[in-house]
Amino acid sequence: MQLVLEKRAERSAKIAIASPLIAIALTLVTMSILFAILGKNPIAALDVYFLQPLTDPYSLQEIAVKATPLVMIAIGLSLCYIANVWNIGAEGQFIMGAVCGSWLAVVTNGTGAGYWVLPAMLVLGTLGGALYAMIPALCKVRFGANEILTSLMLVYVADLIMDYLVRGPWRDPKGLNFPTTASFDPVATVPTLVEGGRLHAGSIVALIVVMLATVMLGRTIKGFEIRVVGAAPRAARFAGFSSDRLVLFTFAVSGALAGLAGIIEVAGPVGVLQPGISPGYGFTAIIVAFLGRLNPVGILIAGLFLALTFIGGEGAQITMKIPLDLTKVFQGVLLFYVLACDSLILYRIRLIATHRKPAHGAV
Amino acid sequence: MELFEAIFLSVIAASTPLLLAAAGELVVERSGVLNLGVEGMMIMGAACGFAGAYLTGSTFLGALFGIVAGAGLSVVFALLTLGLAVNQVATGLALTILGIGLSGLIGAGFVGQRIVLAPHLHIPFITDMPIVGHILFGQDGFVYFSILLVVAIWWFLYRTRGGLVLRAVGDNHISAHALGYPVLKIRLLAVLFGGGCAGLAGAYLPLAYTPFFIPGMTAGRGWIALALVVFSSWRPGRLVAGAYLFGAVTILQLHAQALGLGIPSQLMTSLPYLATVIVLVLISRARGTAGSAAPASLGMVFVPDR
Amino acid sequence: MKKFLMTAAAAVLAIAATSYGASAADKLKVGFIYLGPIGDLGWTYRHEVGRQELVKALGDKIDTTYLENVSEGPDAERSIEQLARTGHNLIFTTSFGYMDPTLKVAKKYPNIKFEHATGFKTAPNMGNYSGRFYEGRYIQGVIAGKMSKSGVLGYIASFPIPEVISGINATMLGAQTINPNIKLKVIWVNTWFDPGKEADAAKALADQGVDVIMQHTDSPAAVQVAAQRGILAFGQDSDMIKFGPKTQLTAIIDNWGPYYVQQTKAALGGTWKSGETWDGLKEKMVVMAPYTNMPDDVKALAEKTEAAIIAGTLHPFKCPVLGQDGKPVECKGGANLDAGQILGMNFYVKGVDDKIPGK
Repeated sequence: MQLVLEKRAERSAKIAIASPLIAIALTLVTMSILFAILGKNPIAALDVYFLQPLTDPYSLQEIAVKATPLVMIAIGLSLCYIANVWNIGAEGQFIMGAVCGSWLAVVTNGTGAGYWVLPAMLVLGTLGGALYAMIPALCKVRFGANEILTSLMLVYVADLIMDYLVRGPWRDPKGLNFPTTASFDPVATVPTLVEGGRLHAGSIVALIVVMLATVMLGRTIKGFEIRVVGAAPRAARFAGFSSDRLVLFTFAVSGALAGLAGIIEVAGPVGVLQPGISPGYGFTAIIVAFLGRLNPVGILIAGLFLALTFIGGEGAQITMKIPLDLTKVFQGVLLFYVLACDSLILYRIRLIATHRKPAHGAV
Repeated sequence: MELFEAIFLSVIAASTPLLLAAAGELVVERSGVLNLGVEGMMIMGAACGFAGAYLTGSTFLGALFGIVAGAGLSVVFALLTLGLAVNQVATGLALTILGIGLSGLIGAGFVGQRIVLAPHLHIPFITDMPIVGHILFGQDGFVYFSILLVVAIWWFLYRTRGGLVLRAVGDNHISAHALGYPVLKIRLLAVLFGGGCAGLAGAYLPLAYTPFFIPGMTAGRGWIALALVVFSSWRPGRLVAGAYLFGAVTILQLHAQALGLGIPSQLMTSLPYLATVIVLVLISRARGTAGSAAPASLGMVFVPDR
Repeated sequence: MKKFLMTAAAAVLAIAATSYGASAADKLKVGFIYLGPIGDLGWTYRHEVGRQELVKALGDKIDTTYLENVSEGPDAERSIEQLARTGHNLIFTTSFGYMDPTLKVAKKYPNIKFEHATGFKTAPNMGNYSGRFYEGRYIQGVIAGKMSKSGVLGYIASFPIPEVISGINATMLGAQTINPNIKLKVIWVNTWFDPGKEADAAKALADQGVDVIMQHTDSPAAVQVAAQRGILAFGQDSDMIKFGPKTQLTAIIDNWGPYYVQQTKAALGGTWKSGETWDGLKEKMVVMAPYTNMPDDVKALAEKTEAAIIAGTLHPFKCPVLGQDGKPVECKGGANLDAGQILGMNFYVKGVDDKIPGK
């Protein structure tokens, strides 16, 4: 007797709906056990993680603020991943977008420039991220170089470029030589939406991106192309879809979105360019993309959910002294369960009787 | 001459964890599986390796702890990707995050403690020979093991039937399955092996490099190891070259700074990464636009049909 | 089933209520924001030690909380605000990069007291505090000048911020009083904390003939490498003698505990005021680890230097301070460089053979 995995004849719609719920339930059970092992009250811990942040308008705003860059980057990444293009360098594209957009903020700082500054910054950031993403894309298309490696290595390079700029040419002359630009002028800052809170216009941009992505993937030829190239590359070639051009396209779009997220983040909640503007958004967004099953609306939900766990994790540190590492464990475990349950959409597990197979048949 | 010898020794030490982790991942990828969770398995190896050495007082046992930790974490990966046909990229990333978080929890109780570093080989007279004495005959067990490991892997892949089968599975799992080879079982063994190597590589850091554990001490070496596998075109010989090249650039930029060469430190720090990209592009170009030399089934989901 | 769910829901609410309902009204809640893990054996670890001393001193009058691994970007503001919203009335933010976020939150919560480490902005309810680490660096320079046989010192530097540069300069000036031709090799590792990289840097310095190593990074890796190589080293942030019993000469120890106790007492007593505290050896915010592994005359010299600094008769940056080009730097503080010049130091003194990155 053995357990085997068997492909279903068609996707199970029931499981498709139940899977995220089962995954969450399993995660909660696992985490409760872990909390108990650490000597913390499981129910109180779960409450702090998931319910507390939802009860408070400030936390709700913070969830949106945290989720905004995650969702934007993840949507771009999902386009790549659907097409089997593995962009792991979103973090670097985020940074370069922030750098390119900040250039304008630094150059116009204190000059009394007009309202055109912010939109121009956003455009520059978007272009910066897209161009930076073209490096690994071109390396792949022209030289066949593996994009996982190139995009990842460029993350380190982007970080160092920004570090050099804020320590040198762009450093705030009044900042006592600390590595940070001058605070951005109001015209270079993303407006907030709520008085006294940090919710800003970037969240609206993120929502628009979600809608555009949904339309593009579902209803345009380009979206169809992306899906086909990913699922059936040979068929795609016969249909005339060039996988090379698609590599360039998806990298450019995801780089653009990451870059846009970067400049919005810097011109919004942070208000200055300094080292450490990204606590790993580019990598967390990869998780969000998969948690959202590479689907724009799914990504929106996953992004909000993951942001919730970050905020909840901080609350848990404060009120229950639960170490931050547990939040990472939680996120990893959640992703595992979601992936595992999702596989049941396409496959089923069967117990069957084994029969002997001839050992290593004719070569 | 003395400076040359000293630099060489530093380079070897810096390259060894990369080599160990990359060697294991090379075998994994040769079998067609892409495990991006190397960083997570390494840091788990570091935490458990340190814990083991601290509790038992033995470097060897500490190394074993590290190996088991890495392999143990890789079981989760295998369950999902081989058992449930889940996407390997996502699973690998989840493994990294899980590993980092778990290692922090496990290692928290051991922070601030120190252990005795792994002993180095010392053969009277021979080790003290000028120039090559220490380089060849004065290393710790991990270094010798890493070289032996790569040789053994090369031998296995290219000179044994088992290696041939593994490469076949990696190149075309459908044909391999049709021929009756147990694809999933072979991949499982490869993944476990890779996990053990990554765990050992992680354990090397607190056991032989800096004798204490601090959360996050792998500092991204797992990702470098992944890059090195690609860089090496999945060939063991090139892996050694790549690992030592990366280690060399990392160490040399520090020396260049100490010599006062006046090059911006950020540029120097970024050199290893830039070098990796450039060399990779050059290698890929030389091979022509035939694409990468990756095992053809790398990363693809396999479910045996009935 | 329904009854079970109702009971479960009631239990959840009850537990939630008891967790947050009864506020310990009499206890002052003090919050700490840490940049790194408390296990870093360095900067954050010392703040945590300070917090523990605070708990020991004022135990039942206060309740403390800390958040570790708070990155300096957008998360910082939220973490600080979270502490403010959960009833913490005195909040310490322990890294330069928290300056603007602390200021933003301080403006929103005028009734909460904020203390920011190593910054320069203040508000009516936000003060800052830092240590005169350069005093300790000067003493280390003197010791190093005496103990180095090769005449080459090594410095593992993290980032080119004023505090690090003033540390390098103070070390150099101290060493030059013993050996005017002393050399200093600097390696910038671009991290506060990466044991492997710090070890590599220490090895590189040792390979190049350095026989006394100093660091402005947080882990004991360099001390341990020095121990292996049989050369000397100084610990940083905390006493690292454990990693080099025959190696560590002394260490600059960040001693935040007394300051935390002092400020918390002030908050409890209603006398807290926003201020700019910059204390050194005299006030014991900077403490030198016991002088070890050196002959008695060097130890005596170190103690004499320390006493002189404490008494105010010796200032590490006494004018004229010569710049790298050999010309005296403008002296804005009368007899010594003034606070602004030290806090914003962005130049090397004569004899340092390096270029400041990014300049």
